[in-house]
Amino acid sequence: MNSTSPSATLTPAVESDSRPTVLEILHSWVVTVDHKKLGLMYISYGLLFFVVAGLEACLMRFQLAFPNNTLVSPQVFNQLFTLHGTTMVFLVGMPILFGFANYLVPLMIGARDLAFPRLNAFGFWLSAFGGILLYFSLIGGMGMTGAGSAPDVGWFAYSPLTAKAFSRGHSTDYWTLGILVGGFGSIATAANLVTTILCMRCRGMTLGRMPLLVWLNLVMCGMVLMVISPLTAAQIMLLLDRFLGSHFFDTQAGGSAVLWQHFFWIFGHPEVYVLILPGFAFASEIIPVFSRKAIFGYPVMVGATVAIAFVSFGVWAHHMFTVGMTSVGNTFFAISTMLVGVPTGIKIFNWIGTMWGGKIRLATPMLFCIAFLFQFLIAGLTGIMLAIVPFDWQLSDSYFVVAHFHFVLVGGLLFTIFGAIYYWFPKATGRLMSEGLGKWHFWLFVIGFHITFDTMHIPGLLGMPRRIYTYDAGRGWDLWNLICTVGVVFQGAGVLCFVANVLRSLVKGTPAGNDPWDAWTLEWATTSPPPEYNFAEAPVVRSRRPLWDLKHPSDPDWHYE
Amino acid sequence: MLAAADPNLIPSIFRPESVPAHAIHELSLFVLAVTAGIFVVVFGLIAYATFRFRRRPDDDGREPAQIYGSNPVEVAWTTVPLLIVVVLSLATARVIQQVQNAPKPASAVDVELVGHQWWWEIRYPKLGIVTANELHVPVSSPGRPMPTFLDLRSADVIHSFWVPRLAGKTDLVPNRRNHMWIEPQRTGLFIGQCAEYCGTQHAKMLLRVYVHTPEDFDRWVREQKAPAGVPPAVAPGRRVFEQTACVNCHALSGTIADGRFGPDLSHLMSRETLGAGALTNSAAGLKDWIRSPDRFKPGVLMPAMNLPESDLDQLVAYLATLK
Repeated sequence: MNSTSPSATLTPAVESDSRPTVLEILHSWVVTVDHKKLGLMYISYGLLFFVVAGLEACLMRFQLAFPNNTLVSPQVFNQLFTLHGTTMVFLVGMPILFGFANYLVPLMIGARDLAFPRLNAFGFWLSAFGGILLYFSLIGGMGMTGAGSAPDVGWFAYSPLTAKAFSRGHSTDYWTLGILVGGFGSIATAANLVTTILCMRCRGMTLGRMPLLVWLNLVMCGMVLMVISPLTAAQIMLLLDRFLGSHFFDTQAGGSAVLWQHFFWIFGHPEVYVLILPGFAFASEIIPVFSRKAIFGYPVMVGATVAIAFVSFGVWAHHMFTVGMTSVGNTFFAISTMLVGVPTGIKIFNWIGTMWGGKIRLATPMLFCIAFLFQFLIAGLTGIMLAIVPFDWQLSDSYFVVAHFHFVLVGGLLFTIFGAIYYWFPKATGRLMSEGLGKWHFWLFVIGFHITFDTMHIPGLLGMPRRIYTYDAGRGWDLWNLICTVGVVFQGAGVLCFVANVLRSLVKGTPAGNDPWDAWTLEWATTSPPPEYNFAEAPVVRSRRPLWDLKHPSDPDWHYE
Repeated sequence: MLAAADPNLIPSIFRPESVPAHAIHELSLFVLAVTAGIFVVVFGLIAYATFRFRRRPDDDGREPAQIYGSNPVEVAWTTVPLLIVVVLSLATARVIQQVQNAPKPASAVDVELVGHQWWWEIRYPKLGIVTANELHVPVSSPGRPMPTFLDLRSADVIHSFWVPRLAGKTDLVPNRRNHMWIEPQRTGLFIGQCAEYCGTQHAKMLLRVYVHTPEDFDRWVREQKAPAGVPPAVAPGRRVFEQTACVNCHALSGTIADGRFGPDLSHLMSRETLGAGALTNSAAGLKDWIRSPDRFKPGVLMPAMNLPESDLDQLVAYLATLK
């Protein structure tokens, strides 16, 4: 094992006696089993694909800016939204979240690594291979002798559009295999994290004293273990249909199109919570530190998380209100879906309770979290509208839904991810990110986000279905689509500020010290960046905020918990 | 082109003109009011907390009082949302019941709608009419209720029937029969389109619904049932039609053509559009379409027939008589 710290390769400022060659550095990253290096690799891999999928979104928005536009062909447009959705969920969301969990969980529970470091590396490389497989379809989708062809079946790939009869060539196979392989990686990493959290906490850290981030990731990983299985089963059935002539989803031979939807959404809906729980986790760490107050209602926050996870397994068919379920089935899933709103609302109230009476520092991480609160509120409210079955009969598969889930995944998740990057960047690299560029990033992105996605609800209400590559003038959709596209420019500028900020701060950022935010969890007790072994001595904790106890020996938390 | 700047052609869900769409509209206004109330309260709390409790420039640097939680407050903000869920659930169940389990009156018009890549096959089994992409129904009034009950099926992949001003959407799923109904209360044209991604030309799978007075509807039915005559002048065009591959995919009553892959052409010229809304139907448009369907609808399953120009002219002259 190479024993340089993770930042040695990122920050040339750190000198060692004999400078490693580029090849040696590369080798050290490829063979690493260090949770911090793997975490950073997961995050970098996710950010790379974030840029790719973002560019795909830009192309779609430019195509839709004007009616009857011909910037891209229908075939290409269909490939763009398939790749954009698949990439954002499987190659951006999951890797970034696993990356943060990888990096932070051992540090926060006072462990030296994950329980199974080699399995961790295996999981990462499987996920990476899955992503490469998906994008290899651009070259190999029609067989190596033919033209390349990316999958064009949509990110939830409804059968029978994926059957051989309607999807010739191999683009769908690359999609299936990419997700299948990536899924194995997710299962490996989730099992690893669950084991680590349950078995490797430092002395004194009972379950009731774990940081909320660790709790939320524990629940998230438990969910991953349960939901990736039906997804994997569905992908295997689809492969059997396509290669061995079985007829699970092959309606031409009596298969069931609705069966695929059940399999996909019993994965797909809990998956939304798999993605958003880590977002909640970031908010639950950042909001207290920047409000200078302990999290409000810790046990309730944990309970609400478990409740969300539990209920989220009983809501999948709200994606299927239009497939012709019985009125009883529709009513059941409407009620279960609205029930998820209760624990979610409790979380929002507890975050507000945390801010209440605090001294809020409006630094970049906190700005992103406050915007997250606003936007997640709106996402939740449009979610309630979509749970109202008859309302959903109008809204389903329209641009309203597209706006809704972008509020969840961009306005909710991505904002907290940005906040988390600003918050933990100094820990991982030893350098602070620029606040000035951070503010530019925040304001450009938040303005662009609202121009695009607030507006996007409207064409949905005016009857515009999703996934159409063009539309006629005079349907009342022109202006709204143009405004949506204008917002993209602001978002793009914001992301550019972010990229510039990361690159600049890696080289020239202000040295951060161990604890730049005056925070309370264990990762801030070690150096920035942490040594490979994390802690020279295994820490011992007596409360949920061990560093608060250290900083306030006369008034420690354990008197009150 | 097709699109006039007519506000009536904007398929807004907030301008319902049919019984089920009205029921949904009322419920949606109630839900919007409830969610707007929640929004104002919670938005206000977040905004207030952010501004009221931000750190002041003259801050003394001391930590604020640490508060770890409060059980009464937690109970309060759990109970209130639960009550809201109960109210919304009851309202939802009522409208689900009203729309999904509505009894079918004897005076209802029956229509079978079959989704194809990328067009709609429309059949009136009791009337013996087959047409495509343009659904004609009678207007319904309390004195003379004439709702239209739709039997939805698919010939290939999943499609979804959505005419926002008339009803919510229902999918057309292969190997499955779905049912829905509309009951328009105003005559006119209502535009919808396929709402479930169904392949390359999902975007150009438009559906036009014409709502007629009962008298006009009866006239339309009579015209559709009348056999098409063949004026002698266009007999050569009919020969071209019968001797090319047209007949493999299209049906045309009174000829040997009985294909089911493409739209029935028996009364082709009674329709206002071609290619499920891809272009306006006229003799000139028809000629361009047959010459190169891909130009208007890239990826369409109808191939360019590569007919000699003289054959094409004769064919179009014949088809143009199919009123």
